[in-house]
Amino acid sequence: MKPSTREAWYGYLLASPWIIGFIVFTVGPMLASLIIGMYRTDFLTETTFVGLKWYQNVLRDSLVRKALINTAIFSFTVVPINTALALLIAVMLNQGIRLQSFWRTVYYLPSVVSGVAVSLLWKWLYQPDIGLLNSILGPILRPYGIDPPRWIFSQEWALPSLIIMAFWGAGGAMLIYLAGLRGIPTSLYEAAEIDGASSFRRFFAVTLPLLTPTIFFNVVLNIIISWQVFTQALVMTRGGPNNATLTMVLHIYNTGFQNFYFGYASAQAWFLFVIVLIFVILALRSASSWVHYERV
Amino acid sequence: MATTVQTRPAVHGVERIGSSKLTEAIYRILLYGSVIVGGVIFAIPFYWMLRTSVMPTTQVYLFPPEWWPERFEWHHFKTPFAVFPFARFFLNSTFIAAGSAIGAALSSSVVGFSFARLRFPLRDIMFVVVLATMILPEHVRLVPTYLLFVQLDWIGTYRPLIIPNWFAPAFYVFLMRQFFMTIPRELDDSAMIDGCNPNGLYWRIHMPLSLPALGVVIIFMVTSQWNDFLYPLIYIQGVTNYTVALGLRLFEGHMTNNMQALMAASILGVLPTIILFFFAQRYFVQGIVVSGVKG
Repeated sequence: MKPSTREAWYGYLLASPWIIGFIVFTVGPMLASLIIGMYRTDFLTETTFVGLKWYQNVLRDSLVRKALINTAIFSFTVVPINTALALLIAVMLNQGIRLQSFWRTVYYLPSVVSGVAVSLLWKWLYQPDIGLLNSILGPILRPYGIDPPRWIFSQEWALPSLIIMAFWGAGGAMLIYLAGLRGIPTSLYEAAEIDGASSFRRFFAVTLPLLTPTIFFNVVLNIIISWQVFTQALVMTRGGPNNATLTMVLHIYNTGFQNFYFGYASAQAWFLFVIVLIFVILALRSASSWVHYERV
Repeated sequence: MATTVQTRPAVHGVERIGSSKLTEAIYRILLYGSVIVGGVIFAIPFYWMLRTSVMPTTQVYLFPPEWWPERFEWHHFKTPFAVFPFARFFLNSTFIAAGSAIGAALSSSVVGFSFARLRFPLRDIMFVVVLATMILPEHVRLVPTYLLFVQLDWIGTYRPLIIPNWFAPAFYVFLMRQFFMTIPRELDDSAMIDGCNPNGLYWRIHMPLSLPALGVVIIFMVTSQWNDFLYPLIYIQGVTNYTVALGLRLFEGHMTNNMQALMAASILGVLPTIILFFFAQRYFVQGIVVSGVKG
């Protein structure tokens, strides 16, 4: 056997865990999902072919629409605000500040913990009468005759509550930006300074452009993650009150694993997939106009 | 970004801004003020969690709420273990996290090595597919993989939670491949001359050198499995098999008027990831640098 042939065989052999996994757990299921979406099935007693009925239903179902709007609002507020917030914190911590690693830990720690425990914590913080938030807001707002919001218990504030809670996790992106900032050569700043650029101008002319690849990567990941919001919505509000926090994945979960319409759940999952794909493609398309790639 | 060689943090902004020392002092005060205020805001939820968990019952539900416990009651940390087999939940979560992490680290390392170092037809296309699957919303596979595991009779076992991770999750393949790209090629050449085949090359040279990257994969996988909720919710049956996340949810349903015990249980639930973070902070940062910055 030629050495190059042998190398190729080893290549496939060592790559085989991914190849197998890709077929069995990714491509296979995705195609199967399309087909399952054409059946009315609970995987136990009933399996009836219904054609494109579920796919048509998705577009008409008012609950799906509600979930879609909620998730879109969540994503379109959390992604930009979190990006800006993370960037702001990273830049602040990068100003040669004392105890930098201490502050980095303080800001990052909330993103290490997540899931049910954090949802339970925030549910407690949001308690309208004896929770932390209103114990701070109450004394400020009440003198003006305003009652603080009832947060997750109110239809208007429930979704904003989940959004505000997501800001607590800005530390993850902050850490990435901080690493990105350290990668910017000091020589560029020195050059900018010699040219007499103010620190404000240096930020927008040097720091921000050089950080755009990092920001871009992060924004794309966050778009995908934010569209999949689930745990908070289930644990804190069960999608309520009055579906104010019903999210796409929660609705898919309810449809499939609570009401056992697996076909319909599949169709909805594909719907979600296509929507996320559209936004990711839009983001990728936009990249050429604002992401600055270093030419070496 | 990968090509910029720069280790010293780029300290910029203030040193020679304007001539006035006063401007600089004001700037510094504002800067430190914001960092401290922001830090306090980020830390307060943790404080509230701790404060609640040790408060006497008579004080927790007072209105307006009080900030400092009048005395410390640590016994609330025992309640979760008395009501549900929480020790068992920790064991279960540990088993799932460890099983997934070891499999994910090994498989993604081997695959990452082959993408970084071996030449074979379709390799580059496959790597593009790896990148594409990284941006795939995974819930599109939720129902069909459930059907697959129903057919395999895996429901009610931990297999659906662990075994898919043994097949090189895309994100970790990417991470490992990026790491292997940084290992000098000369090492490969000299090993090849010594008669190493690609298999030996991996086990004898790349694998030992990539231990830090393996650490990153293990830590990320352990944290994400520990915090996972949806998949255990779907696949695990029977209270004794619950993970910590499921146990917390169950506990909440039974503890509607024992907020101290619920917060104590939540603290215990997040403690392992926090401890892991403190011991492995370096790996966290490193993994994030590799994945986020060089992406």
